[in-house]
Amino acid sequence: MSENIIKVTQVKKYFGGVKALDGVDLVIKKGEVHCLAGENGCGKSTIINVISGFYTPDSGTIEIDGKEYSKLTTQQAIEAGVQVIYQDLSVFPNLTVRENLAITMEKSSERKFISRKRYDEIAKQALSTIDFQIDLDEYVENLTVADKQLIAISRALLYDAKLIIMDEPTTAITQKEVKNLFEVIRRLQKKGISVLFVSHKLDEVFEIADHFTIFRSGHNVYSGPTKELTQALFTHYMTGRDIEEEPFEYNEKDGAKTVLEVKNLSLKDGFKDCSFSIREGEILGITGLLGSGRTELAETIFGVHKADSGQIFLNGQEVHFNNVRDAMAAGIGYVPPERNVMGLFMDQSISDNISVTRWDDCRKGIMMDQSEIDTLVDHWVGELSIKIGNASDTMRTLSGGNAQKCVLAKWLALDLKVLILNGPTVGVDIGAKYDIYNLTKKLADRGLAVIIISDDIREVLLNCNRVLIMRRGHLVDEKQTKGLDEETLSRLSVEY
Amino acid sequence: MSIKRLTKKTEFYVAIILIAFCLLVQVRSGQFFTPNNIVDLLRSLTIPMMFAVGEMMVLISGGVDCSFPAIASLSMYFVTTKMDGMFSSPIPYFLVAMLLGLCMGAVNGFIVAKYRFPAMIVTLGASSLWIGVMQGILGSSEYPLTSALYRLGEAKILTGTNAQTGFSSNLPVHFGFAVVLVLIGWFILNKTMLGRGIYAIGGDEVAAARAGFNVFGTRMFIFCFSGAMAGFIGVCRASMMMTVNPNNMIGMEMDVIAACVLGGVSLVGGKGSVLGAVLGTALMTLVANSLILLGIPTVWSRVFTGLIIIIGTGVSAVQEKQRKNTLHVAVSEE
Repeated sequence: MSENIIKVTQVKKYFGGVKALDGVDLVIKKGEVHCLAGENGCGKSTIINVISGFYTPDSGTIEIDGKEYSKLTTQQAIEAGVQVIYQDLSVFPNLTVRENLAITMEKSSERKFISRKRYDEIAKQALSTIDFQIDLDEYVENLTVADKQLIAISRALLYDAKLIIMDEPTTAITQKEVKNLFEVIRRLQKKGISVLFVSHKLDEVFEIADHFTIFRSGHNVYSGPTKELTQALFTHYMTGRDIEEEPFEYNEKDGAKTVLEVKNLSLKDGFKDCSFSIREGEILGITGLLGSGRTELAETIFGVHKADSGQIFLNGQEVHFNNVRDAMAAGIGYVPPERNVMGLFMDQSISDNISVTRWDDCRKGIMMDQSEIDTLVDHWVGELSIKIGNASDTMRTLSGGNAQKCVLAKWLALDLKVLILNGPTVGVDIGAKYDIYNLTKKLADRGLAVIIISDDIREVLLNCNRVLIMRRGHLVDEKQTKGLDEETLSRLSVEY
Repeated sequence: MSIKRLTKKTEFYVAIILIAFCLLVQVRSGQFFTPNNIVDLLRSLTIPMMFAVGEMMVLISGGVDCSFPAIASLSMYFVTTKMDGMFSSPIPYFLVAMLLGLCMGAVNGFIVAKYRFPAMIVTLGASSLWIGVMQGILGSSEYPLTSALYRLGEAKILTGTNAQTGFSSNLPVHFGFAVVLVLIGWFILNKTMLGRGIYAIGGDEVAAARAGFNVFGTRMFIFCFSGAMAGFIGVCRASMMMTVNPNNMIGMEMDVIAACVLGGVSLVGGKGSVLGAVLGTALMTLVANSLILLGIPTVWSRVFTGLIIIIGTGVSAVQEKQRKNTLHVAVSEE
């Protein structure tokens, strides 16, 4: 018996010429919550695949619970108690909760036929391990991400798991749900189960993790207890550069015009009686839990929904948007939270994605003016320092941060008055995150009114001069960010 | 199952419309619930219902099969002409046709599962290919049916006679085959790990592979099953019609796919039930065959089937869209 559940020593894994892992170590003790951090492409996913037996490393050793494996197979990893909860959770949306819980177990015990009774037993047993209450007959597609996650966890526990690896578990769930997830993790910890958290959302991980390992470009750069790590050190290790965190200063100019004003806006099942205004050069934060109506409010201003009552004024003129085109024509841009689905054409070229909002202008008669489009795209790729291979590559070739910059470029190519960013840095690396922050500030300096919707409290405090707090469809409070601390704002945004 | 959950099911609405339509025809004509009419309908339902079972499996796995009428026609034409009079029992004809169908299905399955080509394109190509083989190499034309199958065609389960008009219709044994096939389909899809694997793959292929399902093998099975069934159904069709007509199944694929979708089978995979596919097929057959009883000339039947498809699938598409677009913020009354 070893005190370590897993010990990876000097593992190397090359893909062609790419050194995904160039001699890394990772040691996880029993009952420990361990966080593995690093930017995209640092080797995080590769090491998960090595531990779970999907990839065979080129060299190095893997020890699970004291036993060394030279060629670890997926089956051996599962038998040794390693369970991976992937970011996509690997649940079946079209099946019921009961079947989702039971099917993998039944499959691995090589059953050929279905027994409702056995399914029921397995499902109940799975849920009882984490005291999770849910209707077994519900289809999984109707559940929230947090519930799907708990289903994936309880399913993993059926296999007598000793180590649960969670890939980016907190990206798509609300703060309240994160708290709940952490409760579950602590309970697992008490049972002696180790958890490997792969994440780059910091505040939360600091709270739960005992130990940190940070990778950069396939190398270990840090390994040590959480308490020795500060925010600044973390950022330094992650990016390899020191990033200055300068809060946004709003230079109130005399006679700065009010650009957007919203009066008593209401939408059924969305929000009620919302009023606020924003001036040139301001960055206004809107924070609140998922489901507080923040996204619906933004979408209404952008013309997706039609408000039931209330008014919207743009530069003092009342406006009525019947659709998104109207809002765009009036100078409002919106970066949606799920950029892959709503903000980008993933299989189209980078060039098309950036220029799409301007196609009406880039024309020669009825033909498209490719050279004008190229100039436009080159300009924005340079301006936002987007790292791309070739502008004709598809969007899929880009990382989260660069993809998000393309979304921004698309909007900046228009002559905007108001830019609404909804969750602008979700799934974006730290480095790219700060690039986006700096860019936003630069835009505000040029006089653009920017609204940032986010539940990342740090993000709001760092980038906004004013913040609105939304709760259950109402704007309940407004604060200047100067002098406001994280705890206060976090408390205000949670319901109590 | 609770009432609330029941009302969310497409099958529930299709069943209601089906019943309502039956009653409408009965009220207007008084001829619907007569033994010979019911038997006629069941008879017309036999072939499409069998096709629907194979097709729905393919659809649930996330694919589509447009080649089954071609496979059915070619297998049937081959065994009825090349093996004419060789056997006195119908069984060898069925077995050989199923084997041929299975091979053709395996070609589809291999290309789709191995190279991940879109199933629609592969099966459309295959469809054209097999019809070409039948017409070009075998030089297909109408042909008298071999005696073993002819006798099977005469076998009946029961005869429905209309006491008033004296018209009567026979329910062929093939309807019994169809019922058995539906039951087999239901059993595979609901009671075996293989069947649940088909749903799992249709729901999320990557997750299914991670759970240990053999994605390649399952897809191969589905296409082989669909192909073998097509061979079987082709021979059924010939023996029900009591003649070898190589062309009268061609074009059925669209109606069968539409019937499945009408019954709640999803075109993107993962969803659907055997009951739904049967109900969808029943509704289409009913509409096509009962217009005459409503005093509408049969030339209009395609128009009505078309409308049923567009409205039926349109309604569920709109519902789905609304479900996704509704807002659910719990706005408090502060």
